[in-house]
Amino acid sequence: MSDSPIAIEQHGPEHLHHFADAEQQRDAASLGMWLFLATEIMFFGGMFLAYLVYRSWYYNEFAAGSRSLDIYLGTINTAVLICSSLTVALGVRAAQMGNRKLLVILLLLTIVFGFAFLGIKGVEWYQKYEEHHIPGRTFNADDLVRDYPQIHIDQRPEQIYFSLYFAMTGLHALHMIIGVGIFVLLTFHAWKGRYTPKYYTPIEIGGLYWHFVDIVWIYLFPLLYLIDRKPLR
Amino acid sequence: MFDNFPLWPARASAGAANVDALFIFLLALSAFMCLAIFAMILIFATIYRRRRGVEAEQIEGSPELEITWSIIPMGIFLAIFAWGAVIYFHERTPPRGASEVYVVAKQWMWKLEHQEGQREINELHVPVGRDVKLIMTSQDVVHSFYVPAFRIKQDVLPGRYTTAWFRATKPGVYHLFCSQYCGTMHSGMIGQVVVMEPAQYEAWLSGGGTSGSLAASGDTLFQQLGCSTCHRSDSQGRGPNLVGIFGKPVQLEDGRTLTVDENYLRTCILSPSKNVPSGFKPIMPVFQGLVSEEQITALVAYIKSLTPSPAGGQASVSLAPKPQYPKE
Amino acid sequence: MATLAVTAERENYLNKEYGIRSWLLTTDHKRIALLYLASITFFFFIGGFFALLIRLELLTPAGDLVQADTYNKLFSMHGQVMIFFFLIPSIPAVLGNFLVPLMIGAKDLAFPRINLLSWYLYIIAGVIYLHCIVTGGVDTGWTFYTPFSTAFSNTRVIEAGIAIFIAGFSSILTGLNFVVTIHRMRAPGMTWSRLPLFIWAHYATSIIQLLGTPVLAITLLLVVFERAFNLGIFDPTRGGDPLLFQHLFWFYSHPAVYIMILPAMAVESEVVACFTRKRIFGYNFVAMSSIAIAVFGFLVWAHHMFVAGISLYSALIFSILSYLVAVPSAIKVFNWTATMYKGSISFTTPMLYAFGFIGLFTMGGLTGLFLACLGIDVHVHDTYFVIAHFHYIMVGGAVMGYLGGLHFWWPKISGRMYPEGWGRLAALLVFAGFNLTFFPQFILGYMGMPRRYWQYPPEFQVLNVLSTAGSTILAVGYVLPMVYFLWSMRYGKIASDNPWGAAGLEWQTPSPPPTFNFDETPEVTWEAYNYEEIPAPAEVNVER
Repeated sequence: MSDSPIAIEQHGPEHLHHFADAEQQRDAASLGMWLFLATEIMFFGGMFLAYLVYRSWYYNEFAAGSRSLDIYLGTINTAVLICSSLTVALGVRAAQMGNRKLLVILLLLTIVFGFAFLGIKGVEWYQKYEEHHIPGRTFNADDLVRDYPQIHIDQRPEQIYFSLYFAMTGLHALHMIIGVGIFVLLTFHAWKGRYTPKYYTPIEIGGLYWHFVDIVWIYLFPLLYLIDRKPLR
Repeated sequence: MFDNFPLWPARASAGAANVDALFIFLLALSAFMCLAIFAMILIFATIYRRRRGVEAEQIEGSPELEITWSIIPMGIFLAIFAWGAVIYFHERTPPRGASEVYVVAKQWMWKLEHQEGQREINELHVPVGRDVKLIMTSQDVVHSFYVPAFRIKQDVLPGRYTTAWFRATKPGVYHLFCSQYCGTMHSGMIGQVVVMEPAQYEAWLSGGGTSGSLAASGDTLFQQLGCSTCHRSDSQGRGPNLVGIFGKPVQLEDGRTLTVDENYLRTCILSPSKNVPSGFKPIMPVFQGLVSEEQITALVAYIKSLTPSPAGGQASVSLAPKPQYPKE
Repeated sequence: MATLAVTAERENYLNKEYGIRSWLLTTDHKRIALLYLASITFFFFIGGFFALLIRLELLTPAGDLVQADTYNKLFSMHGQVMIFFFLIPSIPAVLGNFLVPLMIGAKDLAFPRINLLSWYLYIIAGVIYLHCIVTGGVDTGWTFYTPFSTAFSNTRVIEAGIAIFIAGFSSILTGLNFVVTIHRMRAPGMTWSRLPLFIWAHYATSIIQLLGTPVLAITLLLVVFERAFNLGIFDPTRGGDPLLFQHLFWFYSHPAVYIMILPAMAVESEVVACFTRKRIFGYNFVAMSSIAIAVFGFLVWAHHMFVAGISLYSALIFSILSYLVAVPSAIKVFNWTATMYKGSISFTTPMLYAFGFIGLFTMGGLTGLFLACLGIDVHVHDTYFVIAHFHYIMVGGAVMGYLGGLHFWWPKISGRMYPEGWGRLAALLVFAGFNLTFFPQFILGYMGMPRRYWQYPPEFQVLNVLSTAGSTILAVGYVLPMVYFLWSMRYGKIASDNPWGAAGLEWQTPSPPPTFNFDETPEVTWEAYNYEEIPAPAEVNVER
């Protein structure tokens, strides 16, 4: 803990003057990112709460809506994000080892995975559009009513499921886009040789952000896709 | 401007005096605390004002004092909480046998319907000394039914019933306000509660044009909408027998046990898939959009009338017919 | 000491660079504090203007000044502007930004560029909200209750929601900056137990800002989504629950009131200590009470919903918890009062505001006990009793704390003294005007006058007239400091480094401080409020 060192100022090129030393700067950046992630948890938390309440009220509608999602695409996306977290973690290690080339490759791979995720999500959203599952005037869940003759699907709370689906995956995708943007920046700087074993804080905290976005998906996937996948009677 | 200058609201219900008593106690307590603190500050500011040659005395603190002035207030607060909780519990528990008035709020008026069938707009006539329970819902946004003279208030929600009750003790005319902001004429959504002597109230009742009791119109609707096809009183229908079920627990398909109250019935009518009783299939049609609020209150009143009141015993009524479909 | 050579002005953060770019692109926390000062003062007057119109309309029972829809917009925007664009930033963004690094012996906040970003987010939010005002405004009440806000209001709800959403991020980033700064950038020897209570209170405030504001953000975003994209999350006709909105909204908006009051308590501690020339009585308890308020403040939100349709048992729990959260505030009041015992008290303008704060906050806090009481709340919820209660705390408490703090640190911020006579006059006008405005409203509330009423029954008129009269006096009290603070920047007596003889690292730098605060990183070897070691100033204004 660098709470109160009397530090001889060691000026790396990235050392900001209001910090006593590089260690204080690094600690501050790290604490800052963890706190920011705490705010993100609270942010998504509001939607998870809404989901919790409505799922307990409208379980049948939620289950039906969940089954209408493409589980193959969802699973692929989950795998894509997990792989991207791997490339991020390996990237941090590459930075620690001073391996600039490897770092750039891993960062680029992460971006590719990010785009893959977003692309697949776009396909899924388009599927929902075609199936008339976008809430609002064009919403029509007759297909779900047909598929589940043994329970009566009420189309109005069915809209709530899909509203939450779009709100949650939409905000998650927005965070992914921001994440990809951050990583483009990081890749550019990495390619320029800015990160060394002595200074790779942006990679570390950028990685933290990416891992967080990944973890949010790890929660979204079962909650949205896996509510009830028992075979239809 | 000075003609009518009261500083205290009228007291016209059985509960109002209790609320006022607690309020006056809190007033006295607050006045005492304020005076004590202000006096202390005034005295300190005078005695310990800055004077040449007199230094301030550095005092770290006193844990004993801190504990004392934490525990004592906490004790007082708990007492206030308990007193208020008792009043609140009483306020939220309508007595058995209360006569019922159905209220439908909409932007920007109050529609009330007595059990006997009287309809009123922005006015509620009640007799002195009778327990009156209000069963309320909104057609649009959140409103709130507030009668200051009775010290009662309850938000009125769309999609749900909420209840409030009172027993008026003094004849007179009292303000009815909407106290949850609801749009343009929120401040115009006001009316009056007219409390009458029982004899006058009877006179008023018979004078009005009624189209039969609420339950009777509910009965008619029950036939017209086809409810009686499935909800047969011989338990042979595809839906549960509704005789004698009001106020009793019912077990649902998903394992929950609920009480058959106004909200339960309303949900069954508007979103039947939410409340499927155990042993039945979820095949009841959805009536959302097909019935108005007034019709729902009539149906609810009718179904309530099928249960002799006050019903004795809390035995769980089995709603399952003789098995006609294989259980899943 | 004053030789001809020294009359040339020393370099400080104000004169280091001139030009608009040096201000708009600054990362100096002190300059950013002044940027905030200007912007929130602007919004204060907008919110105040709306308030004046409201009070004018309420002079008569009939709705005869403005139309009903206009009135509804006035109270909605008064609330939103005052809360989101004035009160929430006020002390943290102005005094906190200026003082936190100075008080802990740091050169700047941990993230100076994020600090500037905070201000720009605030400005962007403010511009969007101004656009909302001039293109029709919003009439949902500051509380945005659904389904009125999602499906019935015909006003600029989306725009207002987006503006407040962005302002929320400004608040979150300020909180983040403070927490990291206080953890990581304290000077050598500045241990947690040597921190000024100002820092403890701002730390607690920042925790609330960090954890609470995101919930408001998502709630408003969902309302915006529902209006813009027809997503039916709160729509009762699609099975949505109006109470879900209320729970989500109040989960932030209750802790928000602690964001507004804790910083004023921060100022109170510093001012009382200085003008009694004593360490605050019960330092540990006051410090811990700030943390307790922050924690318990998150547990009481549904006391805004006692008649909303929550279950009886929920109501019981939230009522008891609400009494719990009152205890730490009471502890503070007792400790400040105890500090005056055997002190050496002067009656400067900041101290007058401090006296006013204790009195009015005590009254506001006691009326909170009424509201936490279930039996009473049923009667007074959504009436003028509530309005009086929260204005006693937010105006009688928070705004007086803000003004007291501005006066106290003005010499440090500007290098000038404000005119003391005018300062005291304004303080007294604010105190008198405030009580006349808001005390009658307690009575109005118990009598049953609901809030948000454009027109009202005639028996409520006398008290309304009194209230409006008070508001004119209050307005004068607010305008005066604006005038003489501006005047003082040119004509005010030049201030010494420590005109009050106050403890704290911020008083050990010149007035105004140099850009990097300290020529050498201080090493702290003394406890906070070491007034036994600091000589009292002979007179209030001391020339350099």
